[in-house]
Amino acid sequence: MKYMLMIHQGTTPTPLDPAAWAALSADEQQAIYAAYQEINVTPGVTPGEGLEPPEMATTVRVTDGKTIVTDGPFVDTKESINGYLIFEADDIDAAIRLAANIPAARLGGAIEVRPIKQW
Amino acid sequence: MVEPSFDVVFREQWGTVVAALVGFLGDFALAEEAAQEAFVTAAQRWPRDGLPNNPRAWLVTTARRRAIDRIRRDKSLAAKTMLLEVEEKARQGVEVGFRDERLELVFTCCHPALSVEAQVALTLRTLGGLTTAQIARAFLTPEATMAKRLVRAKQKIKAAGIPFRMPPADQLTERLAAVLAIVYSIFNEGYAGRGELSAEALWLGRSLAELLPDQPEVYGLLAMMLLHDSRGDARFRDDELVRFCDQDRSLWDLEQIAAGRAAFDRAMGLGGHGPYVIQAAIALAHIQDPRDWNHIAVLYGELRRLTRSPIVELNRAVAVGEAEGPDAALAIIDCLDLNEYRYLHSTRAEFLHRLGRNREASAAYREALSLTPTNTERRLFQRRLAEIDPTASGD
Repeated sequence: MKYMLMIHQGTTPTPLDPAAWAALSADEQQAIYAAYQEINVTPGVTPGEGLEPPEMATTVRVTDGKTIVTDGPFVDTKESINGYLIFEADDIDAAIRLAANIPAARLGGAIEVRPIKQW
Repeated sequence: MVEPSFDVVFREQWGTVVAALVGFLGDFALAEEAAQEAFVTAAQRWPRDGLPNNPRAWLVTTARRRAIDRIRRDKSLAAKTMLLEVEEKARQGVEVGFRDERLELVFTCCHPALSVEAQVALTLRTLGGLTTAQIARAFLTPEATMAKRLVRAKQKIKAAGIPFRMPPADQLTERLAAVLAIVYSIFNEGYAGRGELSAEALWLGRSLAELLPDQPEVYGLLAMMLLHDSRGDARFRDDELVRFCDQDRSLWDLEQIAAGRAAFDRAMGLGGHGPYVIQAAIALAHIQDPRDWNHIAVLYGELRRLTRSPIVELNRAVAVGEAEGPDAALAIIDCLDLNEYRYLHSTRAEFLHRLGRNREASAAYREALSLTPTNTERRLFQRRLAEIDPTASGD
């Protein structure tokens, strides 16, 4: 099975928000970096590329043949994806366990686990 | 031939046969269809030819053959299920016999990646052997809705890779709690008036106890359900709900109580002190005469510590009120944030009434009534309201 793990940061402090990030102790910041590093080298994981924040997103729709471009993400900024990774695993239990180790899951965000369609 | 009724065999074998087939085919929908066909064939043949020596083996073998035939006929299905693998397993199965895979089945059906409604429906369908129509009736849901719910659940099991196996040791406690919660919710549906579901939950509880003989919480849940259920006949008089304190104790099922007590002792013997074991202890304490309300209050206190549930705290308030007086109960109740919960208001009403504050009591009962959907409970509240305040009409 292949899963896409979509990382929603929610209210998680990240370096994108320097004030919130600075509120974390150096140990906590280190722990978060270490956790992501560990996830990225977990067998079966293909790390996603880094994403610019949702404010940098552009949304494209086509209505009556006309391309309509709007500034911002498709969903609310606070609900949008901030990162992703691909995980190849035996079953959803393994994917849930990995998701639970992603720092955003415990710091105010959530991870959506989506099976990648198999043809 | 002595007649072991077909229904009994069906009941006892369905879950095991479905479990064996899911394990074998790796596909819920196909497994269920094949099991269904095997049971239909059995219903035609067994009354004529007599029961086979090993009904379960007969059913599993017949169902497997049906499944393999279907896969052969259906090319797209063959591609999906890898026919060769299935046939290979079938060949081996004849040699090694059948393992009981009901636990794998129940942990799959109660996987937290499925919605609670789907978990309940799947458990009743695959393990309990209820038909979709029966489940729909029990939950007052249109049959088409229930059928769709089951189909979607089976699709998700497949698409999301929900595994057919016991959870790993480090997840067992959490996952077992989820299974027990499902069984308990089925029991509660039955307790609220749909008796066939209580019986179903008891049956599931007994099966779990048989499959997980070392888990105290399983016995705690079983004990609690048996003890509640033992009062089933006393809870209704002429179709009307009877309050615990007004129940005719001679209607309690003593055999059931003894079984509940035995299950509780077993849980204690296993060192149990989880939420279900405590709830069983509370149920036991309630059937003592006279009741030791201080002890019950302590048990609820412990349960609240474990569950942090405000509903448990409401129950503790009742015990404290009985032990120390209505003021003590109201002091606890008035700190609770449970305004949408009908029993908060009915409980408040009872304690206010004891203090002679009848106007407030009847207002609280009206509030409870406005939150009560089921007719039997409405009538109980209306009766109490009329007793407290004869000028009130509860409608």
